[in-house]
Amino acid sequence: MKSYLSILKIRFLMLLQYRVPAIAGIFTQFFFGFVRIMVFQAFYSNAVTVQPISLAQTVTYIWITQALFRLLPWEGDSEVQEIIKSGNLAYELVRPLDLYSLWLFRAIAQRLAPTLLRSIPLILITSLLPSGYSPELPSLSAFLSFIPTLALAFVLSATVTVLMNIFTLWTISGDGINRTIPALVLLFSGSLIPIPLFPNWMQNILKYMPFSGLLDTPVRFYTGNLPISELPPYIAIQVFWIFALIILGRSLLVIKLKSIVVQGG
Amino acid sequence: MAQILVEDITKTFKVSKRKEGLLNAFLSVFRREYTTIKALDSISFKIDEGELVGYIGPNGAGKSTTIKILSGILVPDSGDCRVLGRIPWKERIEHVRDVGVVFGQRTQLWWDLPVIESFELLKDIYKIKENEYKRALEELIEVLNIKSFLDIPVRQLSLGQRMRCELVASLIHSPSILFLDEPTIGLDAVSKLAIREFIKRINVEKGTTIILTTHDMDDIESLCSRIIIIGSGKILYDGTIEGLREKVSKDRILIIDIEDGKDLNLRLDGIKSVNNENSRWYITFDPEKISPSELIFKITNAYNVKDLFVENPPIEEIIAKFYLEQKI
Amino acid sequence: MLDDVRLYFRYIGISIKSQLQYKTSFILLTIGNFLLTFMDFVGIIFLFERFGSLKGWRLEELALFYGIIHTSFAISEAFSRGFDIFDRLVRNGNFDRILLRPRSPILQILGIDFQLMRWGRFLQGFVVLIYGLIHLGVMLDIFKILFLVSVIIGGVLTFSGIFILQATLSFWSVQSLEIANSFSYGGVELASYPLSIYPKVFREIFIFIIPIAFINYFPGLMILGKEGLTEIPRLILYISPIIGSIFFYISCKIWYIGIRHYSSTGS
Repeated sequence: MKSYLSILKIRFLMLLQYRVPAIAGIFTQFFFGFVRIMVFQAFYSNAVTVQPISLAQTVTYIWITQALFRLLPWEGDSEVQEIIKSGNLAYELVRPLDLYSLWLFRAIAQRLAPTLLRSIPLILITSLLPSGYSPELPSLSAFLSFIPTLALAFVLSATVTVLMNIFTLWTISGDGINRTIPALVLLFSGSLIPIPLFPNWMQNILKYMPFSGLLDTPVRFYTGNLPISELPPYIAIQVFWIFALIILGRSLLVIKLKSIVVQGG
Repeated sequence: MAQILVEDITKTFKVSKRKEGLLNAFLSVFRREYTTIKALDSISFKIDEGELVGYIGPNGAGKSTTIKILSGILVPDSGDCRVLGRIPWKERIEHVRDVGVVFGQRTQLWWDLPVIESFELLKDIYKIKENEYKRALEELIEVLNIKSFLDIPVRQLSLGQRMRCELVASLIHSPSILFLDEPTIGLDAVSKLAIREFIKRINVEKGTTIILTTHDMDDIESLCSRIIIIGSGKILYDGTIEGLREKVSKDRILIIDIEDGKDLNLRLDGIKSVNNENSRWYITFDPEKISPSELIFKITNAYNVKDLFVENPPIEEIIAKFYLEQKI
Repeated sequence: MLDDVRLYFRYIGISIKSQLQYKTSFILLTIGNFLLTFMDFVGIIFLFERFGSLKGWRLEELALFYGIIHTSFAISEAFSRGFDIFDRLVRNGNFDRILLRPRSPILQILGIDFQLMRWGRFLQGFVVLIYGLIHLGVMLDIFKILFLVSVIIGGVLTFSGIFILQATLSFWSVQSLEIANSFSYGGVELASYPLSIYPKVFREIFIFIIPIAFINYFPGLMILGKEGLTEIPRLILYISPIIGSIFFYISCKIWYIGIRHYSSTGS
């Protein structure tokens, strides 16, 4: 375990050095968030019925999702995928480490570092905006329920990242799957529009899908759209998907590694 | 009149200082501090038509800055430069028609396509007439022996094969001047020889003026009659290789094989060092203090010599020594 | 000039040939591109389902604005990819190679990578546009078709101009390009909705500084017969496609200032 944690640490510190892309990311996220807030203000301005999420909560929701944008599993681990594509995976098996855990801890660092670099400045900048445009501060109970769900979101996102690494082993169909995942994540994690504004029937399905646990769940606790009393079922869903995706990833990897060893790479 | 004329060219660059920390990285997007570096410090030289000149110097000496100025993509701060009577950067488009450039580290070919497609496209880019293109291409294909892989995508070629194609691509418009930037880098011995052979050939047969920058001193020794050495933006030497030897060190090396197991014991004036490698003796001496014939005479008298020959120190050593003396 | 056009089509041809070397990968890229942009519109449908309308605009009206901008942007992205990745060309020295060739640098960069896979976004934009036109019951006569085509061409030129301006920045700093991406991708996001929903300052930026309003908002108003929603004189609305060419021309001029800077600093 200790060696995996140090892998996480090294990788994290390495990725913290990519500061210029982080600044660019902050600009882009700020711009997109701002446009989206104006769009939602326009939508809310003629809403006649009470919406499942208030405008103020939506504004906060948008800023937090923009701040956490890089937490989402947009891509696999490019270094690992390069190793797989170049056919050198067999060499990796020589190391006295469990391949899946190695990739998982790398993936956690891969999600953690860029998110950290972007989120804090973005939240600081946006909180300077005039009211109506700036995110609200969470209540204590909201913040307390945000932290564990956010931590689980990182782990969940890392398991998807590792799956994307593993899909690379299936050269062509894997590429197809890896291109489909971001499209699904984009819409169903809540990064485009808040899940509470989705059609009701769809929300009921999405609640039990792995996507909302990536972003929507922690953000809704943060905004207070979900009360702390709802914490147990949402955490249970996140934990369920983490285990399910780990089991899926591990079994796919075992199957594929067997054939690699048999074919001699 | 000289084909390439460089007079008092000076070029400085501003390099931004990098600072640590997220805040500084953030601020540096808006405001930056610079330090100035003199890449070229009043350099001058002339090159005549048909010359083959080696342009050498350590990394960062200003070699590629010079090449960029000569090829018209960089404007110097001051000084005059004429290539074929034109100021390269003022008449860039006309100028580059007469110039070919090979960068050994980068490709100019279309990576995913068969080599021949790149040549066809270059024909259109340079507006080469069909019959001239055919003639030039056929000739280059034959001389460089690339016919067998014309239909193979560039990405599948070996480095040596690719470099031969790069040469074709740079020469297809029959330029009168060719700049070669490390054309043999990373090549195996056979490819290196083939490339060298070809460079020599177009220089002699077509009269193409060639400027060659390289770190491979064997390239220099086998190709260039004249070398220009640049260091820290200044021209430190311009002349023949022999001239450089004279200037740096007149030392010669006598290499002898003597009977096994015997130790060579020489106490003579003018001998600088005696080394034994793989049972072969290397004696470095100063021919002004002791003539080669005298030295050989003395050794053959004292030992049973099986084989012997006199050599110049390798050019690499001479250059290294020269760099050291010039403190570059 | 004719020679330049011929060369440009040669570049496109060679670029397409390269991409078809990897057919499956090309198809997957296109599908991925389609899905990713399609999800964006799915989100908008959900919002209309929830809110009914957007400050008086109906979904099919929005589809018109949305369809025009995405179609234009997709075409521009396909053509101007070379400018989009221009910082890379500068960094890896390929731009030097372009300067070593006796043809216009703009022509060569446009030809560097014609991205077929942008077909995905184009398809998405076009489908949304057709959906909008059908549901609005717009009668497409030859005048309206020609108008729409010229509007889309105007849009392509405007976005290409934005890409060129972005690329110009990398003559000064290789790092600023990613920030400038907000203008192209952000511009599309912004113009996906009718401009009247935004506060005045933003409307004016996108009319007078970066003329995105002329790509889809004004022409859209004309097709909908809602010219009354803006104070801009009718005449200017009619010539909105021309604004794109003017913007493109100005961008090219600024770009040449950038080249002059590049050749004096070498970056």
